[in-house]
Amino acid sequence: MKVTLKVWRQSGPDAEGAFETFTDVPVDPAMSFLEMLDTVNVQLEAEGKEPVVFDHDCREGICGACGAVVNGLAHGPGKRSTLCQLHLRSFNDGDEITVEPWRASAFPVVRDLMVDRSSFDRIIQAGGYVSVRTGSAPDGNAMPIGKPVADRAMEAATCIGCGACVAACPNASAMLFTSAKVSHLGLVPQGQAERDSRVLGMVDQMDAEGFGGCTNHRECEAACPKGIGVEYIAQLNRDLVRANLGSAAK
Amino acid sequence: MNAPRTPLNLDSKAPDGPIETAWDRHRQAIRLVNPANKRKYTVIVVGTGLAGASASATLAQLGYNVEAFCFQDSPRRAHSIAAQGGINAAKNYQNDGDSVYRLFYDTVKGGDFRAREQNVYRLAQVSVDIIDQCVAQGVPFARDYGGMLANRSFGGALVSRTFYARGQTGQQLLLGAYSALSEQIAKGKVKMHTRTEMLEVVVVDGKAKGIVVRDLRTGAVRSHAADAVVLATGGYGNVFYFATNAKGCNVTAAWRAYKKGAGFANPCFTQIHPTCIPFMGEHQSKLTLMSESLRNDGRVWVPKKQGDTRPPSQIPDAERDYYLERIYPTFGNLVPRDVASRAAKRMVDEGKTVVPGGMGVYLDFRDAIARLGRDAVADRYGNLFEMYERITGDSPFETPMKIYPASHYTMGGLWVDYNLMTTVPGLYAVGEANFSDHGANRLGASALMQGLADGYFVLPYTIGDFLAGEKAGFDDTSHAAFKDAEKAVAQRTDTLMSLSGTKSADHFHRELGHLMWEHCGMARTKEGLEAALPKVADLKERFWAEVNVPGSGDTLNQALERAGRVADFIEFGEVMVRDALTREESCGAHFREEFQTADNEARRDDENFQHGAIWAYEGEGVAPSRHIEPLEFRYVKPSQRSYK
Ligand SMILES: Cc1cc2nc3c(=O)[nH]c(=O)nc-3n(C[C@H](O)[C@H](O)[C@H](O)COP(=O)(O)OP(=O)(O)OC[C@H]3O[C@@H](n4cnc5c(N)ncnc54)[C@H](O)[C@@H]3O)c2cc1C
Ligand code: FES
Repeated sequence: MKVTLKVWRQSGPDAEGAFETFTDVPVDPAMSFLEMLDTVNVQLEAEGKEPVVFDHDCREGICGACGAVVNGLAHGPGKRSTLCQLHLRSFNDGDEITVEPWRASAFPVVRDLMVDRSSFDRIIQAGGYVSVRTGSAPDGNAMPIGKPVADRAMEAATCIGCGACVAACPNASAMLFTSAKVSHLGLVPQGQAERDSRVLGMVDQMDAEGFGGCTNHRECEAACPKGIGVEYIAQLNRDLVRANLGSAAK
Repeated sequence: MNAPRTPLNLDSKAPDGPIETAWDRHRQAIRLVNPANKRKYTVIVVGTGLAGASASATLAQLGYNVEAFCFQDSPRRAHSIAAQGGINAAKNYQNDGDSVYRLFYDTVKGGDFRAREQNVYRLAQVSVDIIDQCVAQGVPFARDYGGMLANRSFGGALVSRTFYARGQTGQQLLLGAYSALSEQIAKGKVKMHTRTEMLEVVVVDGKAKGIVVRDLRTGAVRSHAADAVVLATGGYGNVFYFATNAKGCNVTAAWRAYKKGAGFANPCFTQIHPTCIPFMGEHQSKLTLMSESLRNDGRVWVPKKQGDTRPPSQIPDAERDYYLERIYPTFGNLVPRDVASRAAKRMVDEGKTVVPGGMGVYLDFRDAIARLGRDAVADRYGNLFEMYERITGDSPFETPMKIYPASHYTMGGLWVDYNLMTTVPGLYAVGEANFSDHGANRLGASALMQGLADGYFVLPYTIGDFLAGEKAGFDDTSHAAFKDAEKAVAQRTDTLMSLSGTKSADHFHRELGHLMWEHCGMARTKEGLEAALPKVADLKERFWAEVNVPGSGDTLNQALERAGRVADFIEFGEVMVRDALTREESCGAHFREEFQTADNEARRDDENFQHGAIWAYEGEGVAPSRHIEPLEFRYVKPSQRSYK
């Protein structure tokens, strides 16, 4: 089977970008999307041309490195899958496939399909942790955590930080990402002591990075490869109210 | 073998006396840095996976300044994130007879008596603290309905001591360490350099005092000075090209350290994991692991008849060979990885295999589903089943999985003493990058344990012993050693850029992988290894003549990054082959066909090979020298491993 690829090429953060077209790229339905890009790159490199730049590492849908908007969809048409897990069997012979980087002002393009997501790291640095010195922890079973709570915390914690939620959102909001961490730590007893300061800090940072606000489009939920739902955004909003009341009372 | 230029100092510094108190006594005896002085010292940590992130966070908590580096865009993406099955700890929460001693015993035996006893004992001791630490960080480990931590079993153990977070244990542990690291970044105690690749270790007056890096965004080459350097750069399983490792995993950092005098121990100890999705075609870029935890409930079998072409559903039980249960009744499907991998290879070599494809064995959940119900099986393995189906198009609920062994983990690595220091003073190695506590074979769920043990509980204290003897605040990047290292990096880049061949670096990597798998993979022979040496040399020559690296060196250039790593893998491959060739025995994952028992098990030669083999760089174009660290077993007496 053969496809035509229109890939975004941009030589640097401030450069103008444009689509480059690769026609009749031979592919195998069992190939992953990134393996298709590899094929294109091996050919380009052999010809002495610069390969298409994209982030990737695990190729198992867990590191969150990969990601691109494929035919208008973050991570492409696969359901609950990252770009590296998308296989060519989801396409047809002769298809034209458009590949673009995540587009958001808080995710500036580094080159081609690679973007700078360090804003996500800074949101975590603004409170996405439990302060605990190594070696000072009580026994792991000292504090029982009911299975339903542990399971919900785990669901929120499965976020891979890929940025698809931002890319899919018309406002480029990072609410799903932020709320997943706020909820994970807000659900478990260990996270209670810093619950208020955490949500305040992370939301402030999110705004400072230039992410947009959430106006309930729910595109983030649809794009999330881990199936993280907007109920965590509701949780964040409740925590935010709580924290603001708390800090107003002080 | 030529005479070594400089003898390596292989004093293990492992404490004598009762093993139970060895670590405590050692901690009392080593030098400490005064708390008020810690902030005057800077430590470089290269790599922020489990080992590096935990070490960086803890060092910073103690007061040291940390400069941390990783090549990904965020520390959260390190290869550790992909670990699925779990992490061991001798908590004995299940009351099934586990203890520190039993975990120690299982690890020494599982490693086929090729690890240092004192290190392993310490690992088992601190394993319990790791779980407490991670729980306190909010790591959502699986719990039972009473709210207590749940456990599962892994290969090579008769107790249930593996803690897990669904099939995403590595992710949750790494995110825990990453959050601790993030806190220290926010506090300004850790300076994090992402998208930065270390390309040289800098040795000043015999001590590691810094590194030279390339900023992957801009191509700029920079020096960083510090009072000590820690490598937490992971394993080299990608030497086989097809591996379960993330694509970025490489040997470069360890290899550059080796060329600066760090001994490389047991490079031929590479683990081939028994349960991976089989190779399906040349388009593939990697192999995917199916967690070993699946062997808790899945049953491994092949058709009894050679060349049986019936689909699995049409092969009745009487015509199936549940060969692991048959050969190893005590451990059954839960034999250690090396044993399971070789057994699978034997079956396939005998023509008893899966259809279509003929390169695999079945891992069947039919009985587990009947016994536990579909929901319970989905609860345990749901995401793994999904992953399998996404890649292969088959649902393990309907038809057995097909699995085959693949390169997965490397027990070999930089030699370290009990303090985790390499043979270069001031240069440390933690996590998979060191030659570790796993001997010739690692048990499942023990890598996460070791990485976090090193990073949270060992290195942050042992490094004080070295720093206490150093004047704080080394920052002289204008020293000739830095300038030379920078020049070396620039020169290498220029050479790579100047080549105008016609092949991509990936092409050579695949070729190397094929060669290593054929000659230095699951089963090795003298002839095969001898034949491999000139082939690797030839590959190296062709690489440096025929590779093409487009673009330029002073900008972001992924082709250049790949080429640099492949070049190092090729050089490293040679040492790996030499190690496999000189180790004339079979032990753990190192299987030399000449050395096997009548029933095809590994036959060790304790008289001649009860040691770690450490390779030292002797210069370009000169064969490396081999040194040994003799191993003593005072507690777990070496025996022929039996899992029957
Ligand atoms: C698919 C899979 C599943 C696994 N499952 C389990 C499991 O269930 N249980 C278990 O115990 N173990 C498991 N393992 C093994 C375990 O995950 C690894 O051994 C462990 O995570 C390694 O951690 P690390 O911190 O040593 O290195 P890594 O996590 O590999 O981190 C390496 C770090 O070094 C950096 N780095 C490397 N080179 C350079 C350089 N030159 N310059 C700058 N930075 C550099 C990288 O950026 C990264 O930050 C699994 C492994 C695989 C492949
Ligand atoms: S490459 Fe890791 S999630 Fe796609």
